[in-house]
Amino acid sequence: MATVQVSEAEKVYILHGIRDDLRVDGRSCEDYRHMEIETDVVSNTDGSAKVTLGHTVVLVGIKAEIGKPRPMVPDEGYLEFFVDCSANATPEFEGRGGEELGTELSNTLYKVFNNKRSLDMKSLCISPGEHCWLLYVDVLLLQCDGNLYDAISIAVKAALFNTKIPRVHISADDEGGKEIELSDDPYDCVRINVENVPCIVTLCKVGHRHVVDATLQEKACSVASLIISVTHKGTVTCVRKVGGGSLDPESIFEMTEAGKRVGKALHAPLMKLLQQEESLGKKRQKVGFLG
Amino acid sequence: MAGLELLSDQGYRLDGRKATELRKVQARMGVFSQADGSAYIEQGNTKALAVVYGPHEVRGSRSRTLHDRAVINCQYSMATFSTAERKRRPHGDRKSAEMSLHLKQTFEAAVMTQLYPRSQIDIYVKILQSDGGNYSVCVNAATLAVIDAGIPMRDYVCACTVGFVDETPLADLCYAEEGGGGSSLALALLPRGGQIALLQMDAMTACKGVSKVLDEVVRQHLQDVSVLTRE
Repeated sequence: MATVQVSEAEKVYILHGIRDDLRVDGRSCEDYRHMEIETDVVSNTDGSAKVTLGHTVVLVGIKAEIGKPRPMVPDEGYLEFFVDCSANATPEFEGRGGEELGTELSNTLYKVFNNKRSLDMKSLCISPGEHCWLLYVDVLLLQCDGNLYDAISIAVKAALFNTKIPRVHISADDEGGKEIELSDDPYDCVRINVENVPCIVTLCKVGHRHVVDATLQEKACSVASLIISVTHKGTVTCVRKVGGGSLDPESIFEMTEAGKRVGKALHAPLMKLLQQEESLGKKRQKVGFLG
Repeated sequence: MAGLELLSDQGYRLDGRKATELRKVQARMGVFSQADGSAYIEQGNTKALAVVYGPHEVRGSRSRTLHDRAVINCQYSMATFSTAERKRRPHGDRKSAEMSLHLKQTFEAAVMTQLYPRSQIDIYVKILQSDGGNYSVCVNAATLAVIDAGIPMRDYVCACTVGFVDETPLADLCYAEEGGGGSSLALALLPRGGQIALLQMDAMTACKGVSKVLDEVVRQHLQDVSVLTRE
């Protein structure tokens, strides 16, 4: 995370701007930066998405594998998250440098996405107690410019939307055992229902107000931030305070309300965009990193 | 070798290329704004991103500082989803350590390190999708990124792999051809002087074949350079 040095004068400038609802780049407190989303960018995966939010670039690849269901929930599949903070984002992540942040991010992703209220885990089950689909969700951070949680959650949602799991047929063999057969037709696949998948909204408390989608400079001025995961209906599914510093209960309440509002407004255009891209099908020109 | 026929009787390869034909190369420089230099390259289905930071002060222990030239620091990694079978970790295994070392050696030969004493240049390469020729694609991507960073080089380094099937050299191997059991040769070249920055041959090739293979790579590479510089 390219460390930013913010001088006292700059801090005052940013703080006063936010007080008057006008941020350094001209946004108001509840505006996102320019966002670009593209799905199906890595053909080796079952689903992938690339999200650019300001200068933050995130690539998510999902691979589906057949595994054994967890003993506690034999009729559900599950998700595995891994966040790779690559050295491409900043030299500080070289070697094992990015592991700490990567673990923190992936633990949050588990809390937000890996439950039956966000995703229909039962649809990932193949035969109860024996086989299920497990989805490896691998997040690759390519450039960090603040607001990683939001960018990652949007990319995960887009990649889940894009994921195509091959259809399986179960047939019993002579000895009564089950045989799993994958469909040969690459178009014969199951899609995941992402309707209830939440998106994360990070709110940074700067001075007496809070901002959405903070840049690194704004983050350097903030006391603490609150991450809120919100579904398309506006239901809050997870709230966490991150970073040092402390927040008073009253501002947490205000921030949750703002997060709900922003999150709810985020889902509709996101789904519209994903569906639009999907409807283009093969005609869509893939841009990836070349555009 | 059983099953797969790498070169048909008509002289076509698995993906329809001729023996000396390269895959489609597409590249873009300046992909990221925060890094000093960055580049993205696609060679067929192999896709790589390279990022360059520096020259800057030596990070970490001071003892690595060289008083007469810059330290080149490379890290090669592969995205966990880049291969057909998911990788458990992106870097830190033996193969990527070896690749990092090769990249370092290649770029020590190419970058004019003596211009930046007591400093460090970081080159990070990430494979996003792997379909054979990872090393050579990485070198090509890193070259573009170093150019984008404006760091002086003796020459543009270009790399390519060549395989050998029934006395015929095949340029720019894809994954199926790499795993096909034949021999393969990776070569990084400083094309203007015809100097070789890295030469690595896996498996056995008959001795008389090597010169033919080498010649083939050099000729292909001069073409490759023209493709890259046009971009």
